[in-house]
Amino acid sequence: MSYTPAMRESIARVEATRAARLDETYPRLEHEEAQAVLRKYHPDYVAEGMRQLRVGPNKGDRTPLELADVLEAAPVIQPGMVDLDRVDLETDVLVVGGGGAGASAALLAQEHGAQVTLVTKLRFGDANTMMAQGGIQAADKPSDNPAIHYLDVMGGGHFTNVPDLVEALVMDAPYVIQWLERLGCMFNKRPDGVMETIHGGGTSRKRMHYARDYSGAEIMRTLRDEVRCRPQIRVLEFCPVVELLTDANGTVTGAVLLNLENHEYLVARAKAVVLATGGSGRLHYQGFPCTNHYGATADGLVLGYRVGAALSFLDTMQYHPTGAAYPEQIMGQLVTEKVRGLGAQLCNIDGVQFTFPLEPRDIESAAVIRECVEHGKGIPTPAGGVGVWLDSPLIDLKHGPGTVARELPAMIRQFGRFDIDITREPMLIYPTLHYQNGGLTIASDGSTGVAGLFVAGEAAGGIHGRNRLMGNSLLDIVVFGRRAGRAAASHAAGVALGHVTLAHLDAWNQTRAAEGLDGALLSPILLPDYTRHDRTPLAAPVR
Amino acid sequence: MSEDKMITVQVMERKVKVPPSLTIIKALEYAGYKLTHGVGCRAGFCGACGTVYRMPGEAKLHFALACQTVVQDGMYLTQIPFFPGQKPAYDVTMLMPDAAAVLKVFPETINCLGCNTCTKACPQDLEVMHYVAASLRGDVEALADLSFDCIMCGLCVARCPAELVPPHIGLLGRRLYSLHVLPKAPDLATRIADMDGGAYRDQVAELKVRSAAEIKTQYVARDIEPE
Repeated sequence: MSYTPAMRESIARVEATRAARLDETYPRLEHEEAQAVLRKYHPDYVAEGMRQLRVGPNKGDRTPLELADVLEAAPVIQPGMVDLDRVDLETDVLVVGGGGAGASAALLAQEHGAQVTLVTKLRFGDANTMMAQGGIQAADKPSDNPAIHYLDVMGGGHFTNVPDLVEALVMDAPYVIQWLERLGCMFNKRPDGVMETIHGGGTSRKRMHYARDYSGAEIMRTLRDEVRCRPQIRVLEFCPVVELLTDANGTVTGAVLLNLENHEYLVARAKAVVLATGGSGRLHYQGFPCTNHYGATADGLVLGYRVGAALSFLDTMQYHPTGAAYPEQIMGQLVTEKVRGLGAQLCNIDGVQFTFPLEPRDIESAAVIRECVEHGKGIPTPAGGVGVWLDSPLIDLKHGPGTVARELPAMIRQFGRFDIDITREPMLIYPTLHYQNGGLTIASDGSTGVAGLFVAGEAAGGIHGRNRLMGNSLLDIVVFGRRAGRAAASHAAGVALGHVTLAHLDAWNQTRAAEGLDGALLSPILLPDYTRHDRTPLAAPVR
Repeated sequence: MSEDKMITVQVMERKVKVPPSLTIIKALEYAGYKLTHGVGCRAGFCGACGTVYRMPGEAKLHFALACQTVVQDGMYLTQIPFFPGQKPAYDVTMLMPDAAAVLKVFPETINCLGCNTCTKACPQDLEVMHYVAASLRGDVEALADLSFDCIMCGLCVARCPAELVPPHIGLLGRRLYSLHVLPKAPDLATRIADMDGGAYRDQVAELKVRSAAEIKTQYVARDIEPE
């Protein structure tokens, strides 16, 4: 599977420039130049990829076509289809989603006295959290502080972020690291206990804490284990929410779940609901491959939007600069930013560096696209794609032999399965759809404009403005998961279980009809449809 | 793709023709399956898609992740998306980092036969038997280190003749090691103590009320810590 002869010729040029590049620092783009590159090459600025929403709280706002379709779609269930008097479960706090935000919310809600039920679409821990490799930011070193972190977050987001949310993010960050440390999460540390930290794109201090290159997996495994060590927290797997339930005032009072095992609907009553359903990479905006989990289909956005919660930053998605471009089998999968954090550079077909390796992600992605599209300096792939080199062998030259093996075991394994040795050969990369910058609008305690409804994690919007920095998502899910869990428990303590109705759907159906929306699509879609439907007959009869 | 370039894969007892470049997951979808089990992150990190297969004429069992493995002609496979494994609740703060803790939570660990079947089943190529042995010696550092890249797919659990659950032993070991053996981060403790006393509160609150233009000026002028 390893590289083609044409690729090998280009790799020879990368090798030829490597020694000279070792001490070369490519300059960062000046602010104005960066903005110009973004406007010209970032997918967010492709006008035909977006359209205006025709219904709901954000009517008139622009969003990617694929997201607009699911937000405007008809509900999976209609009033009368499910007997709401037959209640299957009652709980104080219903956490929807089994990733890092959901697990954090469940733990904190339980600690604050609530009876908690966590429901998740597939398995508990099947989430983008598990796939995050690079690290988690927190300003806890003497050279750093939360105010500097604040500036970096705002700069990364192009100064559009919601200040209250950024304050919560950076001020909670050291506490989150300590919480994880006390739960037994295995961060990389020096012998004296000082956390190892490196740079990420757009950071001005080395504040990226990590756990090899399984940072998200280590956090997720630890949080999931802790939830499972607290039998008071009920966990229901393979039960996605297909609709929220509301009372006569529009307060969220529960949810309808779909049992994926037997296709039955279940009615859940809850005093508070936390949506922690993650992102939407599996909608494949503009046809991009993605780094996301199979279940990242914008479910929470759809559910919240239909009960009247507003969305923020709907028109901006994050394209990670380094998705695998070769081999085809792993195309679009994440190559962690930690590779660049450790010193790897980006090179074109001639082996020439063309960008500062640690620009914020949107700028770095636009720079890669420019190099391939405008300058024609990309390396073609057999599948008809294009990519540039991420020169990983530089890392061992900079930091000593064995560094890649120690710091990037997941990456070594991923490429090694296809006979590519990243300690000696560069990786071919191209931007890939990675993250939903926006989401449901929240206050700093995770509450929304809808009573009884809380949101945390990638489903929330505003924290990162128009672009998130590396390491602020693992941070965000724990910060706002904890906050939403605490706020939901406190809300639940002050109310009784409410009436459950699907009344909000009557209004929704009327609005859709008024706009002439009559498409067949039902949402949330729950999973992407990758099944080939035009199947050929069996190769041979079963005997 | 033309018929003659397709290969045949046997999914449980059903033979299907698929293009040879596909991963097992994509081949299943090509063959008409809509997956809800045996599929997760699709990138080799979540452990949902553990798969067992044999090749024609071979006695050897192969173990793989369906999302990271390309189909081969004649592959005879099944997915093991779930395998029961007991997971008692424990309070990690009340256990010590030693063999007694492992045996208290997972008493069956003592039954390890040292057969190394677990290691052969690991799609991450981890030294599973060695970390189980480390747990019995009370060497939680080795247990944590050797088990670290475990994605908890459960294939070793399915194969263990002594009925152990190695992924859970590894996870307990990592939590015990991190909590009780690794020194607490001293900078972090200092920072938390300062922040408990109100440090940075005013500084960040002041940034919040600045205009975007002022923040931008400050951002552009900020110094950057060298590599």
